[in-house]
Amino acid sequence: MTDRPRLTLRLAGHGKLVVGLAIVAAIALFAIVGPMLTQNPRSSDNPALLPPQPGHWLGTTSLGYDVLAQLAEGARGSLLVGVVAGSLAIVLSLVFGVVAGYTRGWADEGLSLITNVMLVIPGLPLMIVVASYLQVRSLWVVALILGATAWPGSAIVLRFQARSLRNRDYVSAARVAGERTPRILLVEILPNLLPLLTAQFLFAVVLAILGEAGLSYLGLGPNGSITWGTMLNEAQGGSALTRGAWWWFIPPGLLIAVLGCALSLVNFSIDEVINPRLRQAPAAARSVRKARKAGLDITAYDGGDGPAAVPAVGVSAPLGDEPREKVQA
Amino acid sequence: MRFYIRRVGFYAVTLWIAVSLNFLLPRLLPGDPFSILIAKLQRSGDIPPAVENSIRLLLGATEDQTLWEQYVAYLGNLLRGDLGVSVTKFPAPVSELIAGALPWTVGLVGTATVLSFVLGVGLGAWAGWRRGTWVDSIIPSTTLLQSLPYFWVALLFIYVFSVQLRSFPIIGAYDVFTFDGPEPTWAFAGSVLFHALLPAVTIVVSSVGAWLLGMRNMMVATLSEDYVITAEAKGLHPRRIYLTYAVRNAAIPSVNGFGVALAFVVAGSLVTEQVFSYPGLGKLMIEAVRNNDYALMQGVFLMITLAVLAALFVMDFVHGLIDPRARHHD
Repeated sequence: MTDRPRLTLRLAGHGKLVVGLAIVAAIALFAIVGPMLTQNPRSSDNPALLPPQPGHWLGTTSLGYDVLAQLAEGARGSLLVGVVAGSLAIVLSLVFGVVAGYTRGWADEGLSLITNVMLVIPGLPLMIVVASYLQVRSLWVVALILGATAWPGSAIVLRFQARSLRNRDYVSAARVAGERTPRILLVEILPNLLPLLTAQFLFAVVLAILGEAGLSYLGLGPNGSITWGTMLNEAQGGSALTRGAWWWFIPPGLLIAVLGCALSLVNFSIDEVINPRLRQAPAAARSVRKARKAGLDITAYDGGDGPAAVPAVGVSAPLGDEPREKVQA
Repeated sequence: MRFYIRRVGFYAVTLWIAVSLNFLLPRLLPGDPFSILIAKLQRSGDIPPAVENSIRLLLGATEDQTLWEQYVAYLGNLLRGDLGVSVTKFPAPVSELIAGALPWTVGLVGTATVLSFVLGVGLGAWAGWRRGTWVDSIIPSTTLLQSLPYFWVALLFIYVFSVQLRSFPIIGAYDVFTFDGPEPTWAFAGSVLFHALLPAVTIVVSSVGAWLLGMRNMMVATLSEDYVITAEAKGLHPRRIYLTYAVRNAAIPSVNGFGVALAFVVAGSLVTEQVFSYPGLGKLMIEAVRNNDYALMQGVFLMITLAVLAALFVMDFVHGLIDPRARHHD
């Protein structure tokens, strides 16, 4: 009986993960297959500003581009920028976070100083300045700008974790056994940071996609490529708002939001794995309430620190016939 | 004392790096902003030699000076408070334009940040207290709020409220047809509030989720601390446990975050301002970028960085005074 609440919990945890991954996969599929199934996103042969209808499921823009085709092509661009910038940011935060957290002395001081400086220099204005000096910007350059400015936040988080891992016994043992620093970092420390790294990576991807959309909306995005951000920029330029062309500016933003939400759902489940309290405390509160409903008088509860406390409140259901029994938890 | 010296040193170094970035970026990046700018200016008439000189200094097109001499001259100009002359709004000095835009940004983004913090932390505390109920199932939806592109939310609001319903103004910070400029009347204040409403709601909507989630998770963690259980066992009133035991402790990280958020108010919501044509720093900077007005762009960037640094600096000192641990850890 005690296993039941925990089993449903496990499923509930997976629920978020499954939904999140499914949405991400669907959008990725759309980005890969979509451009093959839709018409040329740069073909302006269609009538301008058609509302959604068969043949143009999301209508057309003021220049006669098919919105669905642009959306599919834009998915490629936005995802590419997101993944490239996210990867770059995570590599940089590994160098500046983990290496700084593990080593001591001048290397730590220097790396931390750079991290802190980058953290307080406002990111978006810096991106705008850099992007505006570069008159020719490919998709890769934009990803580079985004990745190079987005890493300090996760570097701080990773540094903190690496610091605490550094003082664990098994790391000291590895050091005493004569393992070299690179090996300790890669083999002993990195695997323990993996869940955190994954979360930080997904977060960096969302941030990069949002950042690209912002830059592109301002007209500082990649020249010549289509992304969700450049679509919004064109929608603004073509006064989609005042002409009521909702089918033009709603889909790109919505897809960004849905993708961001899906990645955050995945992050949510990772968070609950890293921090068991987030899972156990609500579950404990829930089973206490169930027990109260069943007529049990429970005075103390809250199994904060680990699974041992949870079964104690799972006593709930079978005692239904004897309503006022006291349960010491 | 060591703590304070280290902090002062850190901010000095950061300021120097920001200034140097500003100096080096146009010189190191490929492309030739100077020629582009001069070509653009010549189209609209003759360029006074003083302006050309100032642009040269900013963008590094001076042939007869070494990089070091340019750097010294650049720093000298900055120290005198001379940020150059705007090209688009010639001959207005950059510093004057910035001074005109700053209050709008601080007013709008500052108010919205405070509102968002109060709302988010309040709701988050409540959601954490009600953990294990139906409230848990709506928590993941706050991430949707966080992943919304905020300027897109602004576009939606404009489309629904300003274009379709026609109940809100599309652009500006006050009614430019009724008022020539800011004036100290109630009607003007009302107009300002009315114009600030949609931008402020946009900022609150897109930032409240983070506060809410952070506070809720801290509440859940705090409520399973031993001292809370002790408080319950003592039979304290739930409201006392909620406010004095749980919220007070769970709010510490949020309050720290709030300090940082306040510092970044000036860097604020560049794109939102642009969407609403709100006359703040963001719009000023973006217009400068669009018109290749590099002096103005650099000036705004420096100003934003400086304001953020100053605010963080004050915050650090206050923090060091209040919390002795901060002084000793460093």
